[in-house]
Amino acid sequence: MVVTNMMKSPLIKLMALLLVTLHAPLSWAAVLEPDRADVLYHSYEGGGMKIDGPSVLLRKKATESLAFTGYYYLDTISSASVDVISTASPYSEKRHEGQVGVEYLNDKTLMSFNVRQSDEDDYLAQSFSVNVSQDTFGDLTNLSLGVSYGDNEIRRNGDDLFEEQSQQYRIRAGISQILTKNLTAQLNFEAIADEGYLNNPYRTVRYLDSSNPSGVGYQSEIYPETRNSFSSKLSASYFLPYRAALFFHYRYFNDSWEINANDVELGYRHPIGDFLELEFKVRYYQQTQAEFYSDLFPYQDAQNYLARDKELSDFNDLTLGLGLTYLMPESLSFGDTRSEASLQWDYITFDYNNFRDPTADGGVGNEPFYNFSANVIRAFYSVYF
Amino acid sequence: MVNPMTKLIITATALASLLTLSGCSSLDIEPWVKPYERQNLADPIMRFGRHPIANMHVAHVLEARESARGAEGTGGGGCGCN
Repeated sequence: MVVTNMMKSPLIKLMALLLVTLHAPLSWAAVLEPDRADVLYHSYEGGGMKIDGPSVLLRKKATESLAFTGYYYLDTISSASVDVISTASPYSEKRHEGQVGVEYLNDKTLMSFNVRQSDEDDYLAQSFSVNVSQDTFGDLTNLSLGVSYGDNEIRRNGDDLFEEQSQQYRIRAGISQILTKNLTAQLNFEAIADEGYLNNPYRTVRYLDSSNPSGVGYQSEIYPETRNSFSSKLSASYFLPYRAALFFHYRYFNDSWEINANDVELGYRHPIGDFLELEFKVRYYQQTQAEFYSDLFPYQDAQNYLARDKELSDFNDLTLGLGLTYLMPESLSFGDTRSEASLQWDYITFDYNNFRDPTADGGVGNEPFYNFSANVIRAFYSVYF
Repeated sequence: MVNPMTKLIITATALASLLTLSGCSSLDIEPWVKPYERQNLADPIMRFGRHPIANMHVAHVLEARESARGAEGTGGGGCGCN
């Protein structure tokens, strides 16, 4: 009876299934991804923010079953966004991110382990991830499972006494399925639990204050100390008869702060001759506000939790993307390597439905709703060796 | 609200159970796309993750500006910023 009850537990079932799939008899051997090196320059400009910097990704097989990855990313940020200029001074800072990973392939089972650190003046984030994936059912199906743990240290520049912590736990599962000789689909699920200090330590909320000549007062945001979220994503890739590819993604997200979000994306990749590939994408995102968000509170300490982050407001954004990849001819490649040069440009417009622009005219609480657009550029060079 | 971890575990188990059933010989379902019929799917243009370094940047840009996160199909790890 005890055993029967134990087997009813979804966690035990999942672990049992993982053990079974990892030890299933196998006939075809999978292979690791090829060795490659990528160097990228990225730039984001919009809403008073300019962020740019380099990034490098390196992947090298040590044997046919063991590969290592390394990733470095730098953000150089100069910010005078609407949140900053309404209550604080523009600032600039740098964020360094590094990741190292190892992948081990045992027949059709791929296991990976990844550690990551992101460091800036006032924020240190460290995390690790473990992922396992398994080809099965004549290699028509791939199952994956993963967990991550992250630990964050949050500080506030100009306040040496301020130090807070937060933790993040992630668990995910996915299934990838070949449906026809031209169509594949993936389903991914991820649950994320955060606990600790989840505020932005610089941001404030505003409230009506008749004692102040401007009619408005400011106080620090207060977020709940836990947040649980769940995402489901359906993706599909379709090979068109004239050699082009169509991509579709839909994701649904909800969390314990009562934010519901949907995003849908359509992509198209079209080769031109032997050396060029064109990419187009359009993506639409929409979210509802967090339960404790308000653009303007009626008075100070109006509720337990207070937020006026525009990222927690009701808004939508639209991305239009264009990409071009040039496959270098052999005469321009080093030795027997193959290389590509790519340029991608995304234009994103953000429209806020209950976040007002406090720098605009109109009077407190009657300013126009905020909106802005951003240009995102990625220029990168990839070498396969 | 159902705990998201519980929700995920139930969903993953259901999916995995379905898969186990579909592989069961008693249902007589065979893999219907043979390895030699997969040349279109193996074409590099069909890979969504063809440019991993670019996809990592896209994910970072969006995660810093939108509340939704997760289920991208990659390891993830959070924005690491404020």
